[in-house]
Amino acid sequence: MIISAQKSRTELLETLEGKIFVFLIGCGACATACKSGGEEEVFRMEEWLCDAGKEVTGSMIIDEACHIMRAGRDLRQHKAQVEKAEALVVLCCGAGVQSISQNSPKQVVAALDSLFLGNIRRFGQYEEKCSLCGSCILNETAGICPVTNCAKGLLNGPCGGMEQGRCEADPDLDCAWVRIFERLEEQGRPGVFDRVVEPKDWTAKGTPGRRHIKS
Amino acid sequence: MSILKTKLKAGTFVVTAEVAPPKGVDLQGVMDTARKLSQIRQLSAINVTDNQGANMRQSPLVLAGALSREGIEPVLQLTCRDRNRMALQSELLGAAALGVENVLMLSGDHPRFGDHPQSRAVFDLDSVQLLMAVEELNRGRDLAGCALADAPAFFAGAAAAPEAEPFGLMLQKLRKKVSAGARFVQTQAAFDAQKIERFASAAHELQVPVLLGVLLLKSAAMARFLNAHIPGVQVPANLVECLDASSDPLAEGVAIARDLVEKARDCCQGVHLMTLGREDLIPALLDANH
Ligand code: SF4
Ligand code: SF4
Repeated sequence: MIISAQKSRTELLETLEGKIFVFLIGCGACATACKSGGEEEVFRMEEWLCDAGKEVTGSMIIDEACHIMRAGRDLRQHKAQVEKAEALVVLCCGAGVQSISQNSPKQVVAALDSLFLGNIRRFGQYEEKCSLCGSCILNETAGICPVTNCAKGLLNGPCGGMEQGRCEADPDLDCAWVRIFERLEEQGRPGVFDRVVEPKDWTAKGTPGRRHIKS
Repeated sequence: MSILKTKLKAGTFVVTAEVAPPKGVDLQGVMDTARKLSQIRQLSAINVTDNQGANMRQSPLVLAGALSREGIEPVLQLTCRDRNRMALQSELLGAAALGVENVLMLSGDHPRFGDHPQSRAVFDLDSVQLLMAVEELNRGRDLAGCALADAPAFFAGAAAAPEAEPFGLMLQKLRKKVSAGARFVQTQAAFDAQKIERFASAAHELQVPVLLGVLLLKSAAMARFLNAHIPGVQVPANLVECLDASSDPLAEGVAIARDLVEKARDCCQGVHLMTLGREDLIPALLDANH
């Protein structure tokens, strides 16, 4: 899921300077799971905004804020409250914020910083797992992504800085290539060590990405 | 033709040293050092480092070109940290135009280590893929398959960490480097005789000549610093103790380095000397009858 964290309150206040009426939007998916923009957090934000002298015209949690049509439908259902607001404060990832800005001409205020695509180990402990590179190499790397887990994104094996299995960029982390190597050995297959991996084709990532996938 | 290449082909024991471009404009100081180095009879080539330790310095291309113009043979180091595949290839062509033949292709230290920790690391290619790029350029094509007007004739090398564990993993990478076009290996500083032998015999099987990285230890404090801060370099405890106990640590460091050079004469094709400002001691390191 997309891991996100709330921006500092100081930053939010600065962004909202001069605005009184705000409408709050949370997301029922990722932002709920990492407790940055679920029901609870939207409620807390509402309390805090009121204390800060703002008037909250209303709030809603969209099932998946990144779904453009759904976001549009939910905004229409809260039409009066949305109309009254000078700004929409969105507690969603960057994609969620933009599905709101696509659906409304109002000023949209992103209340979260989107960090990465990753996993939750337990609450508050998140691990980045995928950089969405567009040409996945996991089948050759024993299900461990070097693009993301290696601090240099190396594709052909470890750098010379690997020491006692740790990463040179962060000694608290295992070197991704040691993990890949050990896992492949356990599985008794050469995997990515069988070939020289060619330079990555970054067109597969295609920024800005736009896809029409039909099955 | 590259003297380094000729000597390695002939099986001669080869010696290289290294200099760093200045953090500034004037090349006078480093050129003087390089000129002195070039007076050492056994020395074949001088590496020019590329933003070493992820610290921003002048482009190594300029210094490598200046050396080459004076008839001092450089080994141009290039890392994947600061340039994407286009920039790397264009630097390489520029280097060839300046007369540079030897290149050492590196991944590069992570920016975290250097003086610009906030910079965005590139790593569009890794060192294996950079070696592939050199091979392509030598064949008269770029990585995109487009023809060059004329082809360079690089003699490309790679780095290796002889003492790295798991050894099998390090070897996998070395194998890829050789198959991607590495014609020689300059190693990171190594100290353990057994590990050096193990590495040398593995490289021998891959038929790639090894220049053993020999680092002059100047004091026990320096050894401890390396152990704590330089990834991939480990000075064994017994050597640190020797340096600690000695009344003349520099002399002890020279003795340690000399032993390593002897080890290299046994099982490698040369040494890459890192003397960090004490280039004057290189003849002593190389003197077998000392
Ligand atoms: S290889 Fe690419 S797509 Fe696959 S997990 Fe890594 S970043 Fe994601
Ligand atoms: S130590 Fe391993 S994970 Fe860290 S940058 Fe080097 S290869 Fe990547």
